[in-house]
Amino acid sequence: MNKKFTSVRLVCAFGIAIAISIAIIFSISEEPGTAIFNLFLGPLQSKRHFFDVFASSVPLIFTGLALGLVFKSGNFSMIADAALYTGGVVTAAIAIKLALPAGVHPIVILIVAGVVGGIIGSIPAFLKVYFHTNELVTSLMLNYVFFYLGIFIVNKFLIDRQAGTFASLRYQNTATLPTLLRGTKFHVGFLIAIVVVILLYILVYKTKFGYEIRISGSNPEFAKYSGINTKKVIILTQVIAGAVAGIGGSVEQMAMYPRFNWQDSPSYAWDGVIIAILSGNNPKLVPFAAFFLAYIRVGADLMSRRSDVQNELVSIIQAVLILFITAERFMAGWKQRQEAKKALEG
Amino acid sequence: MEQRIILETKNITKVYPGGVVANHNVNIQIQKGEIHALVGENGAGKSTLMKMLFGMLTPTSGQILVDGQEVHFTSSSDAIAKGLGMVHQHFMQVPSMTVADNLILGAEPKHGLSVDRKKAVEITEELSKKYNLKVDAREKVEDISLAMRQKLEILKALYRGAHILILDEPTAVLTPQETEELFEQLKLLREKGHTIIFISHKLNEVKELCNRMTILRDGQTMGSYDIAELDENEISRLMVGREVSLDIQKEEADFGKAIFSVKDLVYVDQFGKTKVDHVSFSIREGQILGVAGIDGNGQSELVELIVGSLKQANGTITLKGNDLSKESVLKRQEAGISHVSEDRMKYGSAPKLSLEDNAISKIYYTNQLKTRGFLDKKKIAAFTKKILDGFLVKYDNPKQAISELSGGNVQKLIVGREYDYDPDLMIMNQPTRGIDVGAIEFIRKKIIDMRQRKKAILLVSADLGEILSLSDSVLVMNEGRIVGYIEDVKHTTEKELGLYMLGVKEDSKEQIGGAYCE
Amino acid sequence: MGILQDIFKTLSLPEFYFAMFRSATPVLLTTLGAMIASRAGTNNIALEGTMLISAFVGVVISAFSQSAWIGFLGAILAGFIVSNILAYFVLKLNSNAVISGIALNTFASGGTIFVLYLITGEKGASSSLPSLKLPSITIPFIEDIPVIGTILSGHHILTYAAMILVVVVWYMFRYTKLGMHIRAVGESPDAAESVGISVKRVKYIALSLSGILTGMAGAFLSMGYLGIFSSGMTAGRGYIALATQAIAAGNAVIGMFASLLFGFCASLSNYLQSSGIPLQFIQMMPYLIIVIAYTIYCGMTERNKKIKQRKAGDTK
Repeated sequence: MNKKFTSVRLVCAFGIAIAISIAIIFSISEEPGTAIFNLFLGPLQSKRHFFDVFASSVPLIFTGLALGLVFKSGNFSMIADAALYTGGVVTAAIAIKLALPAGVHPIVILIVAGVVGGIIGSIPAFLKVYFHTNELVTSLMLNYVFFYLGIFIVNKFLIDRQAGTFASLRYQNTATLPTLLRGTKFHVGFLIAIVVVILLYILVYKTKFGYEIRISGSNPEFAKYSGINTKKVIILTQVIAGAVAGIGGSVEQMAMYPRFNWQDSPSYAWDGVIIAILSGNNPKLVPFAAFFLAYIRVGADLMSRRSDVQNELVSIIQAVLILFITAERFMAGWKQRQEAKKALEG
Repeated sequence: MEQRIILETKNITKVYPGGVVANHNVNIQIQKGEIHALVGENGAGKSTLMKMLFGMLTPTSGQILVDGQEVHFTSSSDAIAKGLGMVHQHFMQVPSMTVADNLILGAEPKHGLSVDRKKAVEITEELSKKYNLKVDAREKVEDISLAMRQKLEILKALYRGAHILILDEPTAVLTPQETEELFEQLKLLREKGHTIIFISHKLNEVKELCNRMTILRDGQTMGSYDIAELDENEISRLMVGREVSLDIQKEEADFGKAIFSVKDLVYVDQFGKTKVDHVSFSIREGQILGVAGIDGNGQSELVELIVGSLKQANGTITLKGNDLSKESVLKRQEAGISHVSEDRMKYGSAPKLSLEDNAISKIYYTNQLKTRGFLDKKKIAAFTKKILDGFLVKYDNPKQAISELSGGNVQKLIVGREYDYDPDLMIMNQPTRGIDVGAIEFIRKKIIDMRQRKKAILLVSADLGEILSLSDSVLVMNEGRIVGYIEDVKHTTEKELGLYMLGVKEDSKEQIGGAYCE
Repeated sequence: MGILQDIFKTLSLPEFYFAMFRSATPVLLTTLGAMIASRAGTNNIALEGTMLISAFVGVVISAFSQSAWIGFLGAILAGFIVSNILAYFVLKLNSNAVISGIALNTFASGGTIFVLYLITGEKGASSSLPSLKLPSITIPFIEDIPVIGTILSGHHILTYAAMILVVVVWYMFRYTKLGMHIRAVGESPDAAESVGISVKRVKYIALSLSGILTGMAGAFLSMGYLGIFSSGMTAGRGYIALATQAIAAGNAVIGMFASLLFGFCASLSNYLQSSGIPLQFIQMMPYLIIVIAYTIYCGMTERNKKIKQRKAGDTK
């Protein structure tokens, strides 16, 4: 009953989101056909665009995993944003300043970015455990702090004065992740993301610590009662989540950028929220949710290039989806009538 | 007395989300000026019925009639407007506000744009005098006693012009003596023309106070009767549908050595109140030590100190010669403590997780469930099945959320989990609260079974019948202190325990000291 | 030591304090909004997006109506509507307030750009729109007093409104029916419900009020001194208000001081832009100081609790 209900509701939420976006397109566009076609089918038109979807899904997989893990433990830190951004900055620093052999360079970068991300991720957790702050509030403030810190580092040590815009020096060739398919952006980072997916799935569902995360997230009182060290769980999950986001930022930089030019923090962490929700915080389902969002993203980019509708339409779709999927009582009336009927018959 | 029907339900039915039928075609008739008892086991649907009468729930079908006219309540305010008032089991008060502010909340006297808080105090004092229900108008609710909070609750209803009062198990938090006082006040209200619906499952109270009664079972009415019509055995038969003897068959005590003791335990809560005050006692192998007391007199804190979820300000805890005073919850479990907590959904389980996840919480980190270092699905399933089958838990699927089970089945799973751990000390805090008779019987048998197997058992219960029928020895707590120690339970009665619980009677230091031995 | 000198020089300027009030205004209005929502038991994360949408709507409506006040009403109405959408999902459909808030913030950041482009063909700012500003006010007599006149007079009308609203909100919680109902609903919803207070209705009202106050904050940003909307111009002020609100613990007057602390940092960072300190550290400072203040506040509250507990334990 519950499973069926969940899927019916999911379909309805998607239906509403699609209906709203089509309605918007029709009301503002002079070429609605082109816009709608590109938004929903654009990525299927060529091999290049289709594999762009995979490439675009990579950072979303990382943040979706990070947010999902934090949610699973019952916490609500948005520090993945800072971890991912700083992971990118760290990548730039090592990719520019350190000379290392080809295979080793990316590995060193991933490790350092992961460590730095983990450290950043731990801050709201430590503040929560030792000062009883709300991790959402501190993480939102700290995101700005680390963003400006990153800009400072790039500006001070890595900037390319000749570039004209905000950009670092070029990365060394040893510090890039190669593509897997010629003529597409489909890159090694996707495989790294899948490895992280598998590791996190095992962590959450096959280990003692994963059990502790799930119990603490579901009912912290029961966790304490069962002798679980909930402080350790809070800190360690956010360290892992921060590390995952840091690695995500690093992978994105090495695979997609020749130089660091994030003048604003990319919104991947916020996108991670919807991916975590779509996947039900289950690492196994994160790549599918990320693929879906990336698909719409690529479609929206094509739409804005080929028609008169802007790609910010995606945030509207995203907001509508989150609102309806998490609305517990959305269509509850339908469910209740079915249940009452069944109970009285039985 | 005039026989006017003032409140009536016709074929009222309530189906909860999730498909639970809590009330099915319930018909009751309340006459003006009577005290009408509504009796039934826990889970019989009494609270659901009352919530519908008071507008807190909407019936799935059926009618409610007040003074012969059909009403459709969409909220409590509709019910209040029709002259109904409710005294909830859990007091509906805002702790940080004063008694007077709580009294007027929702029906405030105004002075210009603002609330006239001086007037509120006056109103409170006036009403308090009129109905002989004493309260301190200016005190904050968080600082007053439970009995006073209950009086405030009744005053609140009267202030709103209620002439039909619904009291939901009002005596659950009171001592026998406070209960008698309450009954005097309720009889006074009846004399003044109020109608009272009294919800209870304590038959002696019903007999003493009420004119008529309606019996509910499994969400259906089993008829309405004059109090004099039925004796307690008949009522009991109608309530539970069979003759249950909750008298426990247990063998003569055969204690081993004292394996568990606490000494000079002190706990002070975050507001600076001393909740556990120099408590010392020991438990022997094969002994059930009962702890009686009104809820909130330090029993819960005592249990939490022993399991390690609270830290004591002073005192030691020893099990089998090991000092556990400074150990973590986990270390204490591993030293041999099992614990069935008082609130199974809040502390004893993770409601949204599966039966499996809930069953393995005690041993999830051990090698028992692992293969090559990782948790093994099959081993988890086998372990869970062992507990579910061994403790007769009714379920559809081990992957279903535990919150989908009935209270009794959840409790059986929890007891099974703790029992299976094979502890030296079993702590049972309100083990049978709010569950069905079948589960109560089963769990009590398991407690006796553990006694037979020479375990030390600490039984905390607000149900004096349970304490008297299961325990070998009894401690009584009042305001955090042990005020009574009865070495052999056969030498006491409910009445005597009540006197201890209220703090009227207190044993000598030497007598209480007898609870502890080196 | 040049930096310290710069700071001291800045702190001696009356204009610095004027700027402090100016920077504090939007945060103060939003803090009051967050406080009302929070006392009613809902954490309104959507304030960031609400403010952004209000700022945008205010500019657009003032440009089309050519009336600053109609624009202002539009901003307030926008705040009201956004917070009611949140209320609908949280109260009616049982959504998680934080997640719904994040959804609305996502909607706001993309949606404002989407519509801005539709109207102006630009994605960055509304410079091509002939939008209007709300006035500033000089206070007679006070403006003539040296130093104090510079600090207190000549502020934007919404700055004065914010100060008055501090008193209004404080009074509301203490002495009015609505204030008592909001407190009751936030602290024990069952108790409120049982005496016929509609918890949902009170929460709707509280969220609406928080939306209206935040709408005013949005109007201040885009129709105050700048007279322009730019994408993402709220820059986390809605989140800051969550922190200042937490520091205030339900007291509007403390909320004002917490907001002034933000104003102080923001104003200081404006004045120090030409000093030797790297720009990014200056920009970072308001966020850093607020997070530190918030952490210290939480830590102290917890410590006081523990000290009280220990003391009581000793005397026994």
